[in-house]
Amino acid sequence: MAILASLQEIAFNIRQNKLRTFLTGFGVFWGIFMLILMLGAGQGMQNGVEQGFSSDAQNSVWIFSRKTSIPYLGLSTGREIHFTQADLIAIKKEVPGVLIVSAENALGSFNRADILVKSDTRSASYGVFGVAPDYFKIKSGQDQLSGRMLNEYDDSNVRKVATLGSTSAKTLFPDTNPVGQVIEINGISFTVVGVFSDPGENGRQSERVYIPMSLFQKTYGSGQNRVDLITYQPRPDANPYEVEEQVLTLLRKRHRVSADDRSAIRANNLLRNYERINRLFAAIDSLLWFVGIGTLTTGVVGISNIMMITVKERTGEIGVRKALGATPIRIVSALLFESVLITATAGYVGLVFGVGLLELTNFVLTASGMQLDSFKRPEVNFSIAISSVAILVIAGMAAGFAPSWRAARISPVEAMKES
Amino acid sequence: MISLVDVHKYYGEKDRRIHVLKGINLEINEGEMVAIMGSSGSGKSTLLNILGILDHHDEGVYQLDELRIEDLTEKLASRLRNQFIGFCFQSFNLLPFKNATENVALPLYYRGVNRRERNQEAEKYLTLVGLVDRTKHMPNELSGGQKQRVAIARALVSNPKVILADEPTGALDSETTNEVMTLFKNIHELGKTLIIVTHEQDIADQCQRIIYLHDGVIKSDRSSGLASSNRHRQEIAE
Repeated sequence: MAILASLQEIAFNIRQNKLRTFLTGFGVFWGIFMLILMLGAGQGMQNGVEQGFSSDAQNSVWIFSRKTSIPYLGLSTGREIHFTQADLIAIKKEVPGVLIVSAENALGSFNRADILVKSDTRSASYGVFGVAPDYFKIKSGQDQLSGRMLNEYDDSNVRKVATLGSTSAKTLFPDTNPVGQVIEINGISFTVVGVFSDPGENGRQSERVYIPMSLFQKTYGSGQNRVDLITYQPRPDANPYEVEEQVLTLLRKRHRVSADDRSAIRANNLLRNYERINRLFAAIDSLLWFVGIGTLTTGVVGISNIMMITVKERTGEIGVRKALGATPIRIVSALLFESVLITATAGYVGLVFGVGLLELTNFVLTASGMQLDSFKRPEVNFSIAISSVAILVIAGMAAGFAPSWRAARISPVEAMKES
Repeated sequence: MISLVDVHKYYGEKDRRIHVLKGINLEINEGEMVAIMGSSGSGKSTLLNILGILDHHDEGVYQLDELRIEDLTEKLASRLRNQFIGFCFQSFNLLPFKNATENVALPLYYRGVNRRERNQEAEKYLTLVGLVDRTKHMPNELSGGQKQRVAIARALVSNPKVILADEPTGALDSETTNEVMTLFKNIHELGKTLIIVTHEQDIADQCQRIIYLHDGVIKSDRSSGLASSNRHRQEIAE
């Protein structure tokens, strides 16, 4: 009953001070709205960048070779370096910090889908890769959708088997389950044993076709033992950068490359990228929080200002109410209830609008099939959003308490004189 | 009903202290209609504030309906005001955003009476003061006299022991003054105790008893002509 009566009182006051109520509410609304948008945008950027992360283990290192650029041990520059199967064995044997080592050969170009792959009814161009055993232990982020991945028996028995990325599988076999079907690559038939999906390179790695390394080397032989790209994963307890240096030193020694030659043998340590991006996100996050807390503070200052003005303006009214029998507690609680109601409502509306706008953005991005490299799925941590509304409400209460308590304590005679 | 014994009131601190009431002794019985007069600065408003428990006295004894009024908490003072006293102010002090009924119902709201019941009660008293057709009007839609009548209805609604009016006609013209005074007299005839602070002699003359305050003391306390004529009327009736 008391709450209903208070609500009636508040409804009157709000109707009386429509503009002021609206402005107070708008300050709170805007604070929460902006906070949500910023946090959502930050998360969207993070999601966007993370989608560029391939399925590769985040501490994996990918080593590739080109021509030498520095003369060394009497050898001239411009010498093409090719890794071999023996390099893999040497790394495994001589660098104890290495957990897994594997390799990848591209049939065509490494980064273009330029090999024609045919099914019974359809054909399309994809990247085709021969991969050594353990390769998929490093590409651990792949999702196996159906069938199985390639295994070491495929490699040791030189089986004519392949796994398809989900995109290529869908194109080549739109109506049938690809597992067990046959595809043809450069005149050789392969049985499809599995379909995977891979978020790497914004999903383009889901177009790949993988076949066993041994088969690749025998059939498409650019030299029996040749390896285009070496990849390894360090042991979790080893220093990843020391292991990288040891592996590179070993490879340079084996291929007679100067230690200063940065172009002949190069490594891409994903951990380095990962840590750099994490630092970037930490920086973006702290910036967003700084701005967000600033915006919230503005909202709080707005509430306290309005509360002080409200109390000052209503001093006379408070005096009359006290003369008619209102106790100080009732005066204070009525004023605070009003401020809490306005803050909570406006905060909630801000929350709904903020989350709504994020969802709308998300919907539009998804529906239009738009792929942005650095933005995806903006979202906000709901508990953070709720707590910021709660903080605003509590701050509004704290800000309103002092002036309303003072007003409730002064004598009704004094209060009425001021009106 | 009301008993003041040697009541003193000071304002200010220490050497700047002003002695406003300098020992007031006063007895007001139930059903009396009393005017308190005096020039400005005589302490008449201060006395009314003390009687209305809006302000506290510094020395002496104030008893209201056998209850000794001293060292009250704000909360208890509010309760007592609500229970014992109805106020009429010179500037009416209606809440501008509440209609007549809601203004009148306010003391009942603070007493915890539910909305339907208190609005019913409020309309009953608005009818009594002759505003039955103005119950839903907002204060700014009412004339000065009507506003004061709403204020009087508000003072009556909680069925208080005493009605205190501070210059109730100070903001009214002579015609509405007469209307309001007639209303006060009618209320008095219902058996209410009325105390009116005024500086207008012809208002005071319409009360039974006139108390003159001068420089913080009661200078005179006498029955007015009206009181004798009332008594006269009573005798005739008997």
